[in-house]
Amino acid sequence: MRKIKEFMIENLIFICGMASIFFVVLIFLFLLKEGLALFNIESPLKFLFGKSWYPISEPPQLGIFPLILGSLLVTAGAAIISIPIGVGCAIYIAEIAPVKTKEVLKAGVELLAAIPSVVLGFIGMVTLVPFVKTVFHLPTGLTALSGSIMLAFMAMPTIVTIAEDALYSVPKTYKEGALALGATHWQTIWRVMLPAASSGILAAVMLGIGRVIGETMAVMMITGNAAVIPHSILVPVRTLTATIAAEMGEAVVGSEHYFALFAIGIVLFIISFAINVTADLFLHKRQ
Amino acid sequence: MVKIEVHKFSAWFGANRVLRDMEMEIFKHEILSIIGPSNSGKTTFLRTLNRLNDLNPYFRMDGMVELERQDVRSIDVEALRRRVGMVFALPLPLPLSIFENVAYGVRMHGEKDKKKIASKVEESLKQGYLWEEVKDRLDESAFKLSGGQQQRLCIARTLAVEPEVILFDEPCSGLDPISTAKVEDAMVQLKEKYTIVLVTNNVKQAARVGDRTAFFLGGELIELDKTDKIFTAPHDKRTDGYIRGKFG
Repeated sequence: MRKIKEFMIENLIFICGMASIFFVVLIFLFLLKEGLALFNIESPLKFLFGKSWYPISEPPQLGIFPLILGSLLVTAGAAIISIPIGVGCAIYIAEIAPVKTKEVLKAGVELLAAIPSVVLGFIGMVTLVPFVKTVFHLPTGLTALSGSIMLAFMAMPTIVTIAEDALYSVPKTYKEGALALGATHWQTIWRVMLPAASSGILAAVMLGIGRVIGETMAVMMITGNAAVIPHSILVPVRTLTATIAAEMGEAVVGSEHYFALFAIGIVLFIISFAINVTADLFLHKRQ
Repeated sequence: MVKIEVHKFSAWFGANRVLRDMEMEIFKHEILSIIGPSNSGKTTFLRTLNRLNDLNPYFRMDGMVELERQDVRSIDVEALRRRVGMVFALPLPLPLSIFENVAYGVRMHGEKDKKKIASKVEESLKQGYLWEEVKDRLDESAFKLSGGQQQRLCIARTLAVEPEVILFDEPCSGLDPISTAKVEDAMVQLKEKYTIVLVTNNVKQAARVGDRTAFFLGGELIELDKTDKIFTAPHDKRTDGYIRGKFG
């Protein structure tokens, strides 16, 4: 009797464990099946580097180059803003802040992570967008810059939490060793703590960027969604994610447009996957 | 000549008093060994001399600790730690090459001339009895060295910033007997130029290298005398009991 129970439980746990992988594989296969169908009609090169995205014109033009650039531009902007602030914040929390300030800051960062992205999106829409418009004298504030700033807020909690963790797990002895040589606190942070935590910090940055590139709702609300090749950070752009979210509802199932949206999904999947793998490599190097 | 003078010195972590009314003089160019059971305050005492205890926000001290007649608390802390170097229980190379580990402190204190840095590194590694073993592989990671070599690397790193006093905090606790002997040799050579304070759990080590030996118990200095005196005819029964291995 006991053996049967043991057998059942073991198998139940095995099924639970396998289920997650099974579903991931199914999703991936479905994505591939629907997305790759596009390449019967359109060449992959034309798809990736085509300059116009007019999916419902006749014949449809399915070049996602402007969308890729839009995603990269918004992501790069967000990275430039969030990495220095996030890493700086992590250093402050891990090394400099007194105990009480540290607690308050950590709670604050967690709270920031808890804000739903759609809320950040509409806050950005009513505050940041008009602000960007007036400051730069633009016809519209719905720009890549607005998106970058908002997304920086979303990447920040990830970067701060993981980078702080990396700094915290640097052996205390490294710090004492450097201080005992007469290093100042800052010299210790700069030459010992940061290099020792570098792989963890890089992983934090990668995961933060991963979060940004996959973000949909907020960017759709505040980047203006114009599928044209952006020539500056102060013009409206459209990202890969926003395109799928905005158009999937209207695309006719089985049409070229529909397949193209799935193909965009594959591109996004590859980008996110590459970022996660890189982050993972850094994290493993640390251990 | 007195190098370090300690007078009516007590220390606390929070409400817990870990050192009580210490009176001590440490002379130039001697090796002073500090022995005593765990939790007798040896390491806390050592870390007072370079103010490493300051990292603990609950640390508090009272009384006088002077380096060459200057209160350690009135000396700029980085300058103090440069004058009073420290070698830790576990060798802790920085995640850098062998060369960079030693050059680190030299660079940090503002030396930019590459030739001077290189000659300082060589000189320090020689003083730390490591040069012969590593001169052909200075660019390798310091983690490739054996435990004993790493410890001597840490000694060389400390020497490179030209301290006056070197604190050793159980420097051989993780080392095999041969490496221990090498580190001890280095210490004995080093006292020609430096003042050495050695905290050790190994009573025999104190007997081998110390000019004078102090016995700590429960945060108090029980006895401080010439090493052979401590080991042959100690004043206090407790000292005698400890070195005979009766407690601790």
